[in-house]
Amino acid sequence: MGGVTAPLVRFDAVSKRYGALTAVDGLSLDIAPGEFFALLGPSGCGKTTLLRMLAGFETPTSGRVLLAGEDISTVPPHRRPVNMMFQNYALFPHLNVEKNIGFGLRQEKVGRHEIAERVEAMLALVRLSGYGKRRIDQLSGGQRQRVALARALIKEPRVLLLDEPLAALDKKLRSETQFELMELQRKLGTSFVIVTHDQDEAMVVADRIAVMDRGRVAQVARPAEVYERPNSRWIADFIGEVTLIEGRFSAPGVMQTLIGELRVADDSVALGETVWLALRPEKVRIGAERPANGGNAIAGTLHEIGYRGDMSIYKVRLGDRSVMKVAVANTGHGDRGFSAGDVVWLSWPADAGVVLTR
Amino acid sequence: MSAPVRIKRPGNSRLVVLIPYLWLIAFFLVPFVIVLKISLSQTAMALPPYVPVLDLAAGWEGLKQFATQLTLDSYALIGSDELYLSSYLKSLEVAGVSTAILLLIGYPMAYGIARSPRGLQPLLVMLVVLPFWTSFLIRVYAWINILQRDGLLNDVLMALHIIDAPIAWLASDTAIYIGVVYSYLPFMVLPLYASLERIDYSLLEAAADLGSPRWKAFWQVTVPLSLRGAAAGALLCFIPVTGEFVIPDLLGGSRSMMIGQTLWTEFFSNRDWPVASAIAVALLALLLVPILVYERLQKRAIGEVA
Repeated sequence: MGGVTAPLVRFDAVSKRYGALTAVDGLSLDIAPGEFFALLGPSGCGKTTLLRMLAGFETPTSGRVLLAGEDISTVPPHRRPVNMMFQNYALFPHLNVEKNIGFGLRQEKVGRHEIAERVEAMLALVRLSGYGKRRIDQLSGGQRQRVALARALIKEPRVLLLDEPLAALDKKLRSETQFELMELQRKLGTSFVIVTHDQDEAMVVADRIAVMDRGRVAQVARPAEVYERPNSRWIADFIGEVTLIEGRFSAPGVMQTLIGELRVADDSVALGETVWLALRPEKVRIGAERPANGGNAIAGTLHEIGYRGDMSIYKVRLGDRSVMKVAVANTGHGDRGFSAGDVVWLSWPADAGVVLTR
Repeated sequence: MSAPVRIKRPGNSRLVVLIPYLWLIAFFLVPFVIVLKISLSQTAMALPPYVPVLDLAAGWEGLKQFATQLTLDSYALIGSDELYLSSYLKSLEVAGVSTAILLLIGYPMAYGIARSPRGLQPLLVMLVVLPFWTSFLIRVYAWINILQRDGLLNDVLMALHIIDAPIAWLASDTAIYIGVVYSYLPFMVLPLYASLERIDYSLLEAAADLGSPRWKAFWQVTVPLSLRGAAAGALLCFIPVTGEFVIPDLLGGSRSMMIGQTLWTEFFSNRDWPVASAIAVALLALLLVPILVYERLQKRAIGEVA
């Protein structure tokens, strides 16, 4: 991101320990103003703890949390200019929609007319105009989600925290809401920090993703970079589908593996070291004949076909019994004419994969 | 012409539904009608000690005769004699004040239990219920022992030099309140605990996140969400305390009587069954108000869950 803008949020060597358990382990991270930032990782990786430290529900065991350059590590949640949208929404069941959304403003000395106006504006923003008097239990899941969003946004927080905000929605509604969130974020210019275990969600909504593993940041990068240029086998495997091929470079651009000699467009790696080639399934072509061009080509037996509608995943067993995944977009009508047991040729250009050293 | 599809149920499922109604008819409605009838009768030196007695063998004429003999005299009496009115008021006062004290003591207790570590909560709830393992009567007798002139309470207070001479605790309103609050505390704590324990902790975090400090969030979130439990506890205490007999009889003084004591006196000492019955009917009518309020609250609660 360069050092052009000062970070809005900075985690400075932050750790959080619960007895013997270390949830966050000496983590440093910067979030820029106006950024849509995702904390992605498997459950128990510390992403929620990190978010809760930003909200003020947890204090770091060591390290500092800075907001706009100011140390807020020990500031209680009710004095922080950040607001959170909770995973289960945490809407007040005894208050109606209007009162829920206006709750934050009522804690300050904001006049009744101004509260009513701003609540009305928020209802319009989340497309719930006319629902102000509804009870919470009269709303659908999607409507509740929007009320929770409006309630967290009405105080115009410096950072909006979203804890698995779409986990309770069904798939279709979830993907619509993802785009709404992005649009809203662009419109408001507020920094959004979202915690999610859903990599597709993180890829779609976020400007940058921090992939977390066991309390540390494994990689921080733009979604495309995390996907195309993962910095470890763990990331490559965690994000999307991948085939990992172990080998050694015998000469620059030439990798010796159990499935044969592969051409790789990466000459930065020391010769002789154990490395892995990470190959995404959609970069590999499948055909009945050996292709004529000069890339890599390997024969295998079609083992399994996973039909997904828009595309199919072919699992091909290679000479060393390992399995390579190939994704083929279903652009034509009907299938491609392959069936399990067929001998097929897999091919990919030298620059299709990424060489990983760890 | 096709009949609507009906799911056949085993015939006895309808009987199961009837059971609570049969129970209520047999053990509530029938006794109530008898009491109501006695309250409309007149005392007599006879067995049973009232007239008229319904004689179905006399036929229609007998029934007409019976009806003409019914009278509202007993109600006129309890309406005109100040003794009864003051008994009612005394009962309401004791029930009202005790319920307020019970809320003040019960709420922090229930709140403390609900905020304790999960594993500890069942034990604490059991400790609240533990006194029920001993007979109610024995526990009230024990209070006589504690509160009497040379009892435990005076001994302790004098040993601590808080008082110089023993205080006459017994036969006073204070003794009644001590007895009532002690005896009814579990009925206040349990429903309060049930409603407090259900409150999602993330609601309090949400309140804090939106700028409400802890003490304020308690009033904005915890209290409103526990009101139903407080109402249930208050009614579970207020209603039986109003008709309480044993505690005021054993611990209270003789200057003013609660309605339960007045009823007992009419029935056993004066052998005036009609007046005793009229008091009982009037008491029921009086308690119908809070019971109906409770009923409405319950219905709303069920409606909200659905």
